[in-house]
Amino acid sequence: MITEHDVYAASAGDTPGAGSVVSPSRTRSRLRSLRTTAPLLPFFVYVALGLGVPTVVIINLAFRGNNGHLTMSNIDTITSGGVYLLGFETSLKLAAITSVLPAILGTVLAYVIVTSRFALLRRIVATASGVFANFGGVNLAFMFIATIGFRAVVTGFLARLGFNPWNHGFDLYKFWGVVLVYLYFQIPLMVLIITPAIEGLRLSWREAAQNLGATSWQYWRRVGMPVLMPSVLGSTLLLFGSALSAYATAEALTGGTILLMPIQIGAFLNGNVLSGGTNIGYALGLAMIVMMLVSVVGYVLLQRRATRWLR
Amino acid sequence: MVTVATEVIVDGGIGELPTDPSRVRLPKFRPGRALVLLVAGLYFLVPIIVAFKFALQNNQGHFSLAPLSAIPSQPGLAAAFWLSTRLAIMTVVISMFLMVPTVVYMHLKVPKLKPLFETITLLPIVIPPIVLILGVLPAAPLFLKSSPYLLGLVYVILTMPFVYRSLAAGLGAIDLRTLVEASRSLGAGWFRTLWRVLVPNLRSSLLSAIVLSVALVLGEFTMASLDLWETLPVWIVNFAQANGHITTLVAMLSLVGTWILLMLIVSLDRSQSRRNLKRKQVS
Repeated sequence: MITEHDVYAASAGDTPGAGSVVSPSRTRSRLRSLRTTAPLLPFFVYVALGLGVPTVVIINLAFRGNNGHLTMSNIDTITSGGVYLLGFETSLKLAAITSVLPAILGTVLAYVIVTSRFALLRRIVATASGVFANFGGVNLAFMFIATIGFRAVVTGFLARLGFNPWNHGFDLYKFWGVVLVYLYFQIPLMVLIITPAIEGLRLSWREAAQNLGATSWQYWRRVGMPVLMPSVLGSTLLLFGSALSAYATAEALTGGTILLMPIQIGAFLNGNVLSGGTNIGYALGLAMIVMMLVSVVGYVLLQRRATRWLR
Repeated sequence: MVTVATEVIVDGGIGELPTDPSRVRLPKFRPGRALVLLVAGLYFLVPIIVAFKFALQNNQGHFSLAPLSAIPSQPGLAAAFWLSTRLAIMTVVISMFLMVPTVVYMHLKVPKLKPLFETITLLPIVIPPIVLILGVLPAAPLFLKSSPYLLGLVYVILTMPFVYRSLAAGLGAIDLRTLVEASRSLGAGWFRTLWRVLVPNLRSSLLSAIVLSVALVLGEFTMASLDLWETLPVWIVNFAQANGHITTLVAMLSLVGTWILLMLIVSLDRSQSRRNLKRKQVS
């Protein structure tokens, strides 16, 4: 049984001032501190087993050759060109387009919604963006196939208007088709993340700028954009990570024919090793972890910077 | 599906946008705004309407509800749905029993660990499902690898980002220490305090965490397909060649189902907070 008393004792033991305490009581307080955190143990064990062990396994296997010895050959294979580098490039290109474009469109949309007079509209969009941002994967792919697939309804409608996108280089099952589908969950995701920042733009700032003789453009250039920028950039990084790691949508849409890193990892797990050693998939996984780490850390840092103005 | 996880970096995830008029610029009508809303409305609503229309059309182009009644008899669908349901229940139960006591205890006794928890619960986003399954498959013991419940165990990890954020937001909104001390001084044990005092107070944040978890498990394709278990989304893809109308209909129903569920939670949440507000005003 842990009492309040233990907790205070334990936290006192962790303050720098505790250095003056003689060592036996220090060990005791450390023991207490251990006892205080003991109920958190199941959580840490679960995370270590479910997240830590698999990560270690991936990193380990990424550096193992076909017969188990340490090697850089997997890393060399995926970075030295060929199909893996192509997948890497396509993934980066896709993630860049489907993060920058939705970031701009999502910010505009969020601004229109936030400053709208209609409470009902605001509520509908709030719940809808929660749902749509979650709506990736198989269902989404099927919806778009039914909408603008080769013989689908909207395609037919556009063809009757004299513009069949399929006759003008559009292919739902290729790169730009995937872009179109990704926007469907990336834009709502952006609306969801950027809304608090836009709500943080205070009317008084704008009034102050106007009183000082600023035009609308000057207000945006000198006040609005600098305040919003860290949030927008951070959110863009998060969208980048989201696009980079999405698998189900592209797999269900293209049947695995598009060369993206997640698709290549999936193919590896399904036993279709494209070329190179047996552990090539783990090297791809490791590369992905590194890229995701960069984008999520960037998001967290920029978000922290952004909240300075939003309190 | 990484979007499920990332969505909730925003605290709470779902809910009404707070509208403080003093912080929002009041608009005049401008055609630019209407255009933005029109285009957004078309892009987001047309595919839903069209997909439903497609699903409910037979080969002659006539509208009929026959596909709806044909759903239960599709080979494999019932089994896939049942498997997904079991996984959803398992994920929610484990996730709640693991996360609720842990996060409550952390907030109460060791709040200095908050940054650590925030970081840990971001990790499932850094290591997305497609990569995680890569490490889980070679690491899992054989008895788990041959069972679909390995997926349930891993889904708990996937739900952590938003379960944690939802819980932390809920705990931030109540006076945790006073509630616990009151309950303890009235003689309630820890379990009783958790179950009879804290859980009812955290109802709306727990509910939104549960709904998002269920939505995640019912829609999760990446891990299930690579672990070779036919859950609902895997069935949809596998069966698409046989009958595109039926699979599209099932896909659309699961979308609308999720939406309705979320809407219900949000409105429940709002009526709850309104009632609380009234109570406060009375007292």
